[in-house]
Amino acid sequence: MLNALSRRALLAALLATAVALAGCGSKDDAKKADEKKAEAVKPDPLKIGFIYVGPTGDAGWTFAHDNARKAVEQEFGDRVKTSFVESVPEGPDSERVVRDLVGQGNKLIFGTTFGYMETMLKVAEETKGVRFEHATGYKSAENMRTYDSRTYEGAYLVGVIAGKMTKSNKLGVVASVPIPEVLRNINAFTLGAQSVNPKVTTRVVWINKWFDPGKEREGAVALMDQGADVLMQNTDSTAVVQAANEKGKFAFGWDSDMSKFAPEAHLASAIINWAPYYKKAVREALDGGWKTEHNWWGLKEGAIDVVALSDKLPAEVKALVEARKQGIKDGSFVIWRGPIVDQAGKVMLAKDQVAEDKWMHDIKWYVKGVQGAVPK
Amino acid sequence: MNEINNLALLSTLIAATLSAGTPLLLAGLGLLVNERAGVVNLGAEGMMLLAAVAGFALALATGSDVLALAGGALAGALAALLFGVFAIYLNTNQYATGLALSLLGGGLSAFVGIDYVSRNLPRLPLTGIPWLSDLPWFGPALFRQHWAVYLALLLALLIGVFLQRSRAGLALRAVGESPESAHALGLPVRRVRLAAVCFGGACCGLAGAYLSVIYTPMWVEGMVAGRGWIALALTPFATWRASRVVIGAYLFGGVTLLQFHLQSIGVEISSALLSMLPYLATILVLALISRNPVWIQRNMPASLGRPFTPGQ
Repeated sequence: MLNALSRRALLAALLATAVALAGCGSKDDAKKADEKKAEAVKPDPLKIGFIYVGPTGDAGWTFAHDNARKAVEQEFGDRVKTSFVESVPEGPDSERVVRDLVGQGNKLIFGTTFGYMETMLKVAEETKGVRFEHATGYKSAENMRTYDSRTYEGAYLVGVIAGKMTKSNKLGVVASVPIPEVLRNINAFTLGAQSVNPKVTTRVVWINKWFDPGKEREGAVALMDQGADVLMQNTDSTAVVQAANEKGKFAFGWDSDMSKFAPEAHLASAIINWAPYYKKAVREALDGGWKTEHNWWGLKEGAIDVVALSDKLPAEVKALVEARKQGIKDGSFVIWRGPIVDQAGKVMLAKDQVAEDKWMHDIKWYVKGVQGAVPK
Repeated sequence: MNEINNLALLSTLIAATLSAGTPLLLAGLGLLVNERAGVVNLGAEGMMLLAAVAGFALALATGSDVLALAGGALAGALAALLFGVFAIYLNTNQYATGLALSLLGGGLSAFVGIDYVSRNLPRLPLTGIPWLSDLPWFGPALFRQHWAVYLALLLALLIGVFLQRSRAGLALRAVGESPESAHALGLPVRRVRLAAVCFGGACCGLAGAYLSVIYTPMWVEGMVAGRGWIALALTPFATWRASRVVIGAYLFGGVTLLQFHLQSIGVEISSALLSMLPYLATILVLALISRNPVWIQRNMPASLGRPFTPGQ
């Protein structure tokens, strides 16, 4: 009893001291508070969090996302405050990071890889005041939407170059994992080449990895040994263009400009630029208009481009690529226009029919002209 | 026409197998030596990554592949020394320490290597062995390779002779079989183990530098891509014999290549299945040798993974 009383007394004394101290301080702080009030006329910056699957120095996928984050900072200045967490593995562990970012007061969160889909969705359903942007996925919620880029447009354009530049009429693709996106790119590449050179065929080597310079190189060498003289890759390192450089063949950069890795072999690079989309998303979050959508951006929105065209390309080829690029941008040219037939000659898209996004998402087959079978 | 094509394909396959098998061989040999001394170092992947970035930086600065490989070996040996101090002198758990080194190497190499990402290293021309490389048929495939390919083979020969035929090799094996007996005989068990671990690190370092300087001349985070783990699987596959490490390294290197070449000529085969073949083969061999007591007794170091403190 006495014990409890004295403890209470002690607490009261401490509290009194604290109040007294705070009272003393408050006069000095008054000025500061005034200054703060002046600042507070401007609203607090929008806090934006980014979650990356790799390190920002990977020279590929994550590097491109981080460049877009910097572009957002430059565009919106002190209206936004961005932060990022790098090298977050896909899967359940990412949930902790998503929750951390929410806890730190971020109101807009970008998750930049497919494997965050489930965890982001879970957190999104619990924290309604925060908006989530998920790359390359297909699930969404009231406060979560998806974004992706139409990489096949770049693949088609470099295909046009490949069709013009090949002498053996054999093209090669070093491919990663047989998912619709990659199959779509192989098909677009082949269609692009066939549009200028009906004799071309494409051979694919699957390495079952997104990133393994050694395997990418060996896949490229195997293709060149079989006579392929222009290569495209749907993998992440620069090993393919380097291998082509050594063997005196041609190749294209992928995701970022790879021209300096292969001065002789490099014909052009198909790149992704996330900045236009990130600016749009942030602008909508700041100024209103943000709603659940599935954004799939391409050349038209500036998310995809073909850059660093080699001096080896004849002027007419450059002009043709430019014309197709403009055509895709203004809608006068369509890549997926029927008739498109698969390897067995089965009509997958009827004559003059234009493919919808749904159709493109379901591509699990090769167009005629690609050799070999799709891996099971 | 067809025969010429087949010959050309076979020739390319041989050449590619030799160069793809070399990093596995170098690392596998090093791990064989430190395992023969009774120490398991699971840090192979990390040591290879550290050596890869060190070798790449040196090659970029000096333009010399000799210096680059030597620097890689040194980096690997230093990383192994760190492991050795913990696992051998402080008696930390070898498996946990090795895993820690593997993670540390991955992270540290990425951190140190940031400035080297997307730097370009000229690929060195292959001169090969004069005269022999001009032989018809498989001459160029066999003899027009980087010298490190032959260094690896020479190393295999030397290690084989060292382990089976020399007194020092016997001492090293004794340390791996029964450190207590070796200690009673007056052998400096812990120093022998540390030396073996450093040698293993140096070999893994050579392998890492070979990857970043010669095989795919570039540095990117994580570029070793699991080859350290395959090298670790090699030693049980080879039942701890140097000659069988050679076979295993070329087999594992060749299998991964074969799938690409088969795909490129249009033979359909599940590449996922082929990717797991090295590991499958190792499990199979382990299962086989565990049924044969003689094989295990002869070759598997009896005190593998067991710490040793003199006087206890």
